[in-house]
Amino acid sequence: MARGLFLRLVLSALCAAGAAAFLYHDYCVLGAGPAGLQAAYFLQRAGRDYVVFERSHAPGSFFAIYPRHRKLISINKRHTGKSNSEFNLRHDWNSLLSHEPRLLFRRYSRQFFPHADAMVRYLEDFAAILGLRVRYDTAIVHVTLEKEPRAWNGHYFVLSDQNRQSYKCSCLLVATGTWVPNVVNFPGSEYVEGYETVSTNPEDFAGQTVLILGRGNSAFETAENILGVTNFIHMVSRSRVRLSWATHYVGDLRAINNGLLDTYQLKSLDGLLEGDLEDLAIVKDKKGKLHITLRFYLENKNISAGIDGITLPQDELDNFATRAPYDRVIRCLGWKFDFSIYNRSLRMMPGRGNKSKYPQIKPNYESRGTRGLFVLGTASHSVDFRKSAGGFIHGFRYTTRAVHRLLENRHHGVPWPSAVYPITQLTNSIIRRVNEASGLYQMFSVLADIILLRENATAFEYLEEYPVGILAELETQTGRKAPAGLFVVVMEYGRNFSGDDKDVFYYNRAVGEAQHAWQSNFLHPVIYYYKRLPTEREMRLHPPDWPLPRPDAIHHIVEDFLTDWTAPNAHILPLRRFLENCLSTDLRNFFAESCFLFALTRQKLPPFCQQGYARLQGLIGNERLRRHAVEAGLLEDYAVMDFSDDKLPDSRQGSQDQLLRDHVIPLRPLHHFVNAKDEF
Amino acid sequence: MSAQEDRWVSSFSFLLFCAVSIPMLGSASLLQELSPHEYFSGLQASKASLAYFSHTGMYSIACIYMSLGFQGRLMSDCVKCPKEDVSRYCGKENALRKAYLFRGNVLIREFPTDALFDVNSIVANVLFALLFNEVKYVETLMDLQNIENALKGKSNMVFAYVPATGTAEHRAVMEVAFVYGTVHQFVLTTEATLLKDTGKEPDVSSAQLLFCHCQQATDLAQPCRRTPLEQDLTVLNIHRHLKLMGAPLVTEVAEDPEKVSTVHLQLGLPLVFILSQKETYEADRRTAEFLAWKLLGKAGVGVPIKYLVLEDTEEVITLLEDKSKVKQIQENEDEDEEDEDEKENDNQGVVEAVSRDKKRELPLDQILTLTEETFHSAMLEAAQTVVLFYASWEAVSLAVLQSYTEVADHLKGTQGILLSRVNCWDWPGVCTMENVTQFPTIKIYKKGEQPITYNGMLGTEELTSFIVLSQVSCPLKLATIDEAERYLRGELPSELSSYHHSLVLGVFSTATSKGEFGWIFFRSHKYAVSPPALLLARSSSQSVEGIALSKQTAQDIVQMIRYELLDLFPEITVQNLPHYLQLRKPFLILFSDGDIGQTESKEMLKLAKEKSQQTFVSCWLNLKNTPVGRGVLKAYFATIPSLPALVWVNLHAGGQVFKFPSEQSITEMNVLSWLEKLKAGLEIPSSKWMKNLQSPSVRNCFSLGNFQHFYRQESMRKPNLSLSLFLP
Repeated sequence: MARGLFLRLVLSALCAAGAAAFLYHDYCVLGAGPAGLQAAYFLQRAGRDYVVFERSHAPGSFFAIYPRHRKLISINKRHTGKSNSEFNLRHDWNSLLSHEPRLLFRRYSRQFFPHADAMVRYLEDFAAILGLRVRYDTAIVHVTLEKEPRAWNGHYFVLSDQNRQSYKCSCLLVATGTWVPNVVNFPGSEYVEGYETVSTNPEDFAGQTVLILGRGNSAFETAENILGVTNFIHMVSRSRVRLSWATHYVGDLRAINNGLLDTYQLKSLDGLLEGDLEDLAIVKDKKGKLHITLRFYLENKNISAGIDGITLPQDELDNFATRAPYDRVIRCLGWKFDFSIYNRSLRMMPGRGNKSKYPQIKPNYESRGTRGLFVLGTASHSVDFRKSAGGFIHGFRYTTRAVHRLLENRHHGVPWPSAVYPITQLTNSIIRRVNEASGLYQMFSVLADIILLRENATAFEYLEEYPVGILAELETQTGRKAPAGLFVVVMEYGRNFSGDDKDVFYYNRAVGEAQHAWQSNFLHPVIYYYKRLPTEREMRLHPPDWPLPRPDAIHHIVEDFLTDWTAPNAHILPLRRFLENCLSTDLRNFFAESCFLFALTRQKLPPFCQQGYARLQGLIGNERLRRHAVEAGLLEDYAVMDFSDDKLPDSRQGSQDQLLRDHVIPLRPLHHFVNAKDEF
Repeated sequence: MSAQEDRWVSSFSFLLFCAVSIPMLGSASLLQELSPHEYFSGLQASKASLAYFSHTGMYSIACIYMSLGFQGRLMSDCVKCPKEDVSRYCGKENALRKAYLFRGNVLIREFPTDALFDVNSIVANVLFALLFNEVKYVETLMDLQNIENALKGKSNMVFAYVPATGTAEHRAVMEVAFVYGTVHQFVLTTEATLLKDTGKEPDVSSAQLLFCHCQQATDLAQPCRRTPLEQDLTVLNIHRHLKLMGAPLVTEVAEDPEKVSTVHLQLGLPLVFILSQKETYEADRRTAEFLAWKLLGKAGVGVPIKYLVLEDTEEVITLLEDKSKVKQIQENEDEDEEDEDEKENDNQGVVEAVSRDKKRELPLDQILTLTEETFHSAMLEAAQTVVLFYASWEAVSLAVLQSYTEVADHLKGTQGILLSRVNCWDWPGVCTMENVTQFPTIKIYKKGEQPITYNGMLGTEELTSFIVLSQVSCPLKLATIDEAERYLRGELPSELSSYHHSLVLGVFSTATSKGEFGWIFFRSHKYAVSPPALLLARSSSQSVEGIALSKQTAQDIVQMIRYELLDLFPEITVQNLPHYLQLRKPFLILFSDGDIGQTESKEMLKLAKEKSQQTFVSCWLNLKNTPVGRGVLKAYFATIPSLPALVWVNLHAGGQVFKFPSEQSITEMNVLSWLEKLKAGLEIPSSKWMKNLQSPSVRNCFSLGNFQHFYRQESMRKPNLSLSLFLP
């Protein structure tokens, strides 16, 4: 804090010197879309010096245009049967995080798949109601670095807008999304219409034959719109169709858009084809019809000679699939990040392979090239591309918060928020979080709750929604200490369950018994136990498909059809046993009477008695419960015991039986299986 | 196999029959009375028959056993010789002391009736005679080796040693031989010298059985591998053993280990899986075989699917053996297993009790249900709002909710108190706002004041009296002597008059003349204290004690009051034990079934007053009020000693328990001298219940800034304590 103040003094001195007219802020946020506003909200709440730059006159300019057909595919579930606001965020994919109950998206739209205008309105209100500091009509056209050893990161970010106004920032948060349309260049690509501009009026397509390039949601959305009026639609892309219900990735083709799959498979003339767009060429005939041919045929040919001089595939292969001429070809290939405004010194590099549309960033969302530059929102999706929800509002609202917490620790000495509880609350804390936490649920396998154990396992510290990718750096990134081991709570789908070629409806896809929990397929909580913090090397070498390195112990809570993990026998008991095994302690709850017995007959009380009963906070329990406990063989009914009888009374016998039955529950063998399975 | 199985079943049912019918011996109608002629004409060619002849019709026990025991499988008859009959079986006098075994008409063997003394001996001897070929009797090592060598490569051998024939073990071996005689060669001996060959130090007093794997043996010079039966020789054990020996040594499976079922699992034995993969298959197979030989008769070995990480075969063996040891201990219900019990007894405590009650709907209509929307307005409704923050899925919460409904019942109609609840699972926002970090949490909201968090015992009574007491402002300011007097008598404030509680009155001076008067009153009257001071009126007794205050901090005062409120010779209960535990002193507990006698009480009180408070806590426990005390006694002494019993328990050092000799009477002198001996180490502890010393942590829970704050804290902690300030 003091450091920040000092810097600002230095800077104002610099300003006074009049070297250049620029405005300084600790934090500059690029883009007033959902991620930019979300970041602004946290900065504002923390009382930080920040500004948001938005090139448009209002927030959410992307949503003002896209999706073209105006139907968002992020669900707006207004009813869940529960009043728990945190839980309900699991099924609200549009709201941003705030303390303001008015700013819940369900107040903005009644539709399950809302209209995009509602999002624009929502974002406007979000900025206005919360009083976020946004500079509209300010397009940052250039970003460069200025070396300054005393700056937070050894340099300042110098931003210039379209009016040559300069701004200086210590920390740059890039939330510009991906908005530059992907285009392919091939002979004849000038005949192709873009998704950005194509007509959305179905009447314009009546009686036409249409070819769509691309196979994402925008392509299918376009097809869906004109499906009923065209002669037929063909769709070409390099890869096979990926259905989001099979991949469990919301960015893949959603059922709401997949009408064309239906008509294709039900022989209604529409169709899907696989082919490399780079090999494609389009030629126009005299009637204005577009013919598909291959770039290969066009080489060394004079295109101006007209269509007659060009070989078409059907000349050689008379049943070539796309031999029918098309009236229109539409390109729906998605968008990429705008790399153009960054000076080379920032080394903003595109990702590799299918992540080339995103800038390269580290698991803490910081640019690989420049310290102090963080990428938020859709552009940060390279961290969990095709895995989790980090590219979507319902995912990046949490990662943005995580980045904010990392920055608070790094620059302001505010450690990651945490709460310390006595060990008796361990099972409860985990159960509570896996049942209501929305960040864990939406950002499965990316954000994790971390439980740092105190010495002797008498207490623990609970950190929420920490990025698992930087687990090794936990102590420096959060300012918290992990002296005696830790638990990591994440949610996961079953391994080998998700994939574009997987049948996700096979019989027995779900398991019900706790002993089969490790075979759970649907999203379920998994708890990793480490005796010490994994090292960076271990993190790097973690097994493929695992979010984390090999733990000392692992526990799966069995998948639940209702995602309600509060069943005493199936969920809580196995979890408690797992925790007990890891910590070698007894985490059961006892009535005061049992604690009394322990207090007089044992030297060490179970933690529940020690932290409750011994501190005069025992659980007395009423007569009715006592009776149940006696029936269950948990408490001995000394009141009715005939003490001339030296043999074990029946209740004792019962408890022995209970004991043996419990003993049989194969918890350890189960772990063995899990380990055996995972080890190879 | 199935034919064999049938034989097995019939033999088994026959055994059961014996067991059942023996008590019916008196009924002679079971016996067939035949003449020799009738008997011999009835013999069937292929069947064996046992006969006992008698002139008198007075049959020996053997005869009766015979007729009972062999019904259905072996004809057995008691034959009455006609007086004039002088044939072979009836004629000679000594022949009448024998039983005769026939197969068809041919006499196989005669037994002296004194060899047939009970069912075991009859069955054993008769089968021994009948299974002459199947069960070879050997006397020398040479004979044994000859048989063994002859069997090599052909079939397996079952070698049994019994100390004597006609015993239960002998019978068991014969019974099994009856079933397995055609499968394995049985060899029987009564010569202990033959056991020396088995390697182990033979225990000649008990029967033993070895399974010799001769079928696979190829080397004539080497003896066959042997697997001893490590249990008693009973039909079941032997049968089980043979079944296990018959199972394949190593089973290969390619499916999920959970789905595999072998004879081992059917017999309740563990099954070891060795996961292997193609590359290492051969080596793994060898390991598996090695292990299988080691574990033969104890567990099965399977080589399934793909993988293996096995550092040391010994580990597996130790693991299994340890497991079976634990099991045995549990079966024996050994007294020493308390520790084991503690770990293994994984009942769910409160969880189980609550889940058994889940079907019942709680009568919650007395309790207001609050939500995020209604919470703040509800706080303004009553003078005092009690809120239970809980989670509907959490067991302790639900247990407390039950008590809470009872509290609501008690307080029904009380003005100014509103009981409410917030389910944090539905409304996490409220709970976070109200700083609720644990479930359950009970808070009391009073208008215009900071909420008070309850941290006393979570029971109906305690909670009720806390809620009632917290109605009164704390501290209560008293202005007149009359008020102070009435307060100390428990008459003021009137709301509390029906609740038992201890009272603390702080006496402080203000510089007025009226104050002076007050002091004089207190000094001269009965309490003999000068301000500042505290007056304590215990709920248990009528007396009022005065304590002078000097310059203690609030924390010291709290400690002092708590200390002062402890009784000299309390009745220990579930509720008050923690108070005394915090003194961290040894306990001298008088266990009593009902109230303690006058004399004992007096003596103990004397003892307590003497000096004990410095070094130990003397108390008594009424088993009628605190039945769990029986559990404590049983933990100490395994059985409940005669009551009353005086017990010295050192909880904090060593965990030793000493019992005052019951023949001595409990008097101050006797007890003191016993305690002296204890200290001198002259007494032997009656039990020691914990090995490693680990002290429970005791926290100091007060950090108080000012006196008023202290009042509130203390009243929270002790639900039945009322505090007031006297400011004359």
